[in-house]
Amino acid sequence: MHHATISTLARQLAEKRLSSVEVTRHFLRRISTLSARYNCFITVDEEQSLAQARAADALRAAGRAQPMTGIPVAQKDIFCAKGWLTTCGSKILGNFVAPYDAHVVERLNGAGAVILGKTNMDEFAMGSSNETSHHGPVRNPWDIETVPGGSSGGSAAAVAARLAPGATGTDTGGSIRQPAALTGVSGLKPTYGVVSRYGMIAFASSLDQGGPMAKSAGDLALLLNVMAGFDARDSTSLERDPEDYTRELARPVAGLRIGLPREFFAQGVSPDVARSVDGAVAEFRKLGCETVEVGLPNMRLSVPVYYVLAPAEASSNLARYDGVRYGYRAPEFTDLMDMYKKTRAQGFGAEVKRRILIGTYVLSHGYYDAYYIRAQKLRRLIAADFTEAFKRCDVIMGPTSPTTAFRLGEKSGDPVQMYLSDIYTIAVNLAGLPGMSVPCGFDAKGLPVGLQIIGNYFREAQILNVAHQYQLATDWHTRAPRGID
Amino acid sequence: MKWETVIGLEVHAQLSTRSKIFSSASTAFGAAPNTQACAVDVALPGVLPVLNREAVAKAIRFGLTVGAKINRRSIFARKNYFYPDLPKGYQISQYEMPIVEGGTIGIYINGEEKIVRLTRAHLEEDAGKSLHEDFHGSTGIDLNRAGTPLLEIVSEPDMRSAAEAVAYARALHALVRWIDICDGNMQEGSFRCDANVSVRPAGTDRLGTRAEIKNLNSFRFLERAIEFEVRRQSDILADGGRVVQETRLYDPGRDETRSMRTKEDAHDYRYFPDPDLLPLVVSPDMVGEIQADMPELPQAVRQRFERDYGLSPYDATLLTASKEQAAYYEAVARRVDPKLAANWINGELSSYLNERNVAIADCPVATDALVWLLGRISDGTLSAKIAKEVFRDLWDGRVVGVAGFSLPAIQLEAQGDAYLGRMGLRQISDSGEIEKICDDVIVANPKQVEDYRAGKEKAFNSLVGQVMKATRGKANPQQVNEILKRKLAG
Repeated sequence: MHHATISTLARQLAEKRLSSVEVTRHFLRRISTLSARYNCFITVDEEQSLAQARAADALRAAGRAQPMTGIPVAQKDIFCAKGWLTTCGSKILGNFVAPYDAHVVERLNGAGAVILGKTNMDEFAMGSSNETSHHGPVRNPWDIETVPGGSSGGSAAAVAARLAPGATGTDTGGSIRQPAALTGVSGLKPTYGVVSRYGMIAFASSLDQGGPMAKSAGDLALLLNVMAGFDARDSTSLERDPEDYTRELARPVAGLRIGLPREFFAQGVSPDVARSVDGAVAEFRKLGCETVEVGLPNMRLSVPVYYVLAPAEASSNLARYDGVRYGYRAPEFTDLMDMYKKTRAQGFGAEVKRRILIGTYVLSHGYYDAYYIRAQKLRRLIAADFTEAFKRCDVIMGPTSPTTAFRLGEKSGDPVQMYLSDIYTIAVNLAGLPGMSVPCGFDAKGLPVGLQIIGNYFREAQILNVAHQYQLATDWHTRAPRGID
Repeated sequence: MKWETVIGLEVHAQLSTRSKIFSSASTAFGAAPNTQACAVDVALPGVLPVLNREAVAKAIRFGLTVGAKINRRSIFARKNYFYPDLPKGYQISQYEMPIVEGGTIGIYINGEEKIVRLTRAHLEEDAGKSLHEDFHGSTGIDLNRAGTPLLEIVSEPDMRSAAEAVAYARALHALVRWIDICDGNMQEGSFRCDANVSVRPAGTDRLGTRAEIKNLNSFRFLERAIEFEVRRQSDILADGGRVVQETRLYDPGRDETRSMRTKEDAHDYRYFPDPDLLPLVVSPDMVGEIQADMPELPQAVRQRFERDYGLSPYDATLLTASKEQAAYYEAVARRVDPKLAANWINGELSSYLNERNVAIADCPVATDALVWLLGRISDGTLSAKIAKEVFRDLWDGRVVGVAGFSLPAIQLEAQGDAYLGRMGLRQISDSGEIEKICDDVIVANPKQVEDYRAGKEKAFNSLVGQVMKATRGKANPQQVNEILKRKLAG
């Protein structure tokens, strides 16, 4: 059952060959036996999950089921879910039980989906390996000595290890796509503004975007149908007509123009990754696609631009964790200032502190123009490169990550090396474009490689179509890690 | 050396919207702590601000009132600092691009109009309150006020004395209430002033180093604090010292300002555009709608009162202190002698209101009742003196009762006239009756009559007094004068 896609489970639920309680119990049982090995869940609450499953079955019995009704979905611990511990991977929110639902959670609950648990993540989504979590690193089901990527590493590992049919993630600089690539699952970051950020704990507000993670492009479309939509509580949410993201899945891709940015295939990409991505491109040519070389000349600036803007926003977004109203407060202190200092010193991990310091620095008087303002200008140039490129192609493809999964601890001592693992994903966030990662092969060690597919604004349905057609022609996405059967 | 004082004011006017500037929680004052703070106000993880359209409309209304430029595009920025009553760790404010820029406000100083220029007015959210009492060794935080919309109105340093600063603050206070964007309640903190004060040698152009005085929540404190600060700074300069740029706090108890923080330990607020809020774009349509909905402004009403009712600028200014005052006056002035109405409203009525601390909106004397009263003065039924007594009775509800507000005017008049008859308050203008009393008085006071005829004018006054006494003040004094003079001459 756990190898089945959401589409399959949904069909079986609809045909009443399965109940939501049975599906939910099955995944909960797998989690209870296997989760410790991968450390991909922070919170599991069988009673709450089963209560939702029973409600979903009742809904179906009453004839009011929707496509996602009864499907268990793991929620990244960055999404507030009423009554659920919501830590965002941090000690500072270690005791925070959310009193309200994020828009994404509300939508999934409203569609009858079941919260399967809260998944582990890099602290406040700051990391590319899931090693910054206060709850310990997540291990990659393909090789538990390697990282699953981050920051949505728990969600990615849960789907890869077949502990959840689908999961939510968030992507600020690659946090859905990079872990999807490193764990051999599919993940989609929508256009900025398509999924409401309400109740999604902020890291860098102008970049953060929630999205689905699952085993196939078809499943991503089903999840996105529920997760997307206008929300008046998020001023950056876009007021557009609802879309059916499955509507283009079946369309043949012959004649599609694929843009291949020179910069994505230059030095830095590992040979194994390059080979798999080249193989995927060849597959598309076989399907009748054309390829065209495009340039993204400013993309090389995206990592430095990102590491000015994201920490700047984060330094302000994380100011609310001060020990005054909720969350962790240092047990001993002498006065207010001492309480602030000790609470934040003890409550935040090293990477979060590093980014708060960087962000505070770049916003400081005398540095603001040189860093923040310049970075904003460069951000426009980076976005303009994509606009230019999309005049010549329909979608852009390249590697999601320059390497496959690296070993635990391998990069955690070298922040710059760690930051460079998002070199192909960050520009997409800066431009606000939709992007996804789908499995496209393995390296010599048997670790998965991800193909990144980038679409033009609001063309989620198109990149889902492209990915789905690829998945009809290949079976990379159906492979499970050794030992998962 | 002669010193010149330079003052600029920053006023925080709380906009009278029902809900907060970025959340749907109520802005009502006085609720139990933290009962009007929603998830957004408490800054729970994951919450986001959504701008209140009404707050924007009120800011635009202000801008149009003072002839300012309404920026089509303005930006909300984050002002970052840590404080327990600032839940997000930043205040959302407008920094580089405010919604309102420029504009002027006219003030009257010794009958002369002076124009004070405005720099800008921008939207921002208020913080919560720290409660230091009631918590032994700890501080309580009340977030009910957090997120209340404020319009910060910044003037140019155009004022040259505490009196000018107070006149400006009063004019601004009257204006924001007139256009209904702020209730102006200073005790509740709805209208708060910070004063930037500096002193320089008279005749020089360069601004001196300023001190910013915070926490001025009454016009009196504003005046006292500036006066203290001017003395303090000029004493320093006179002694050859230098004024330090700093923020000072006014302590009303000791009537002095004290240093709060100097420039050296000023915060670096690290302003940057709030990524949770898109730039605020105001459409010409929205501005047009607000313009079309503007009330007649005090300046225009004042000019109209002078022109249409022949009032002095002084009377017209007093009568346009608030929209309610002007409306009350006009309701009366349209139906009786407008100058008599102005004298009574600025005189008797105002002193009743002030002494009893009643707002004109709550005045127990209905305009119809005052119209009736003034009509009875004009037609000679009441003497000015008796009219004051009747006014007192009107105020106390003894003439027409509280029903005066719902009675048709004609019935009110009937009841009022009946009251005058019942109480015997009508002025005696019947010359026959007055002649008879005068005759009695002349007969009863031969000594005074003799003195008057001998040229002692004082004796005449005594005789008038006797007549008035005999009529319990109801005789028409003018008639008494004429009749007595005629009889004594004869």
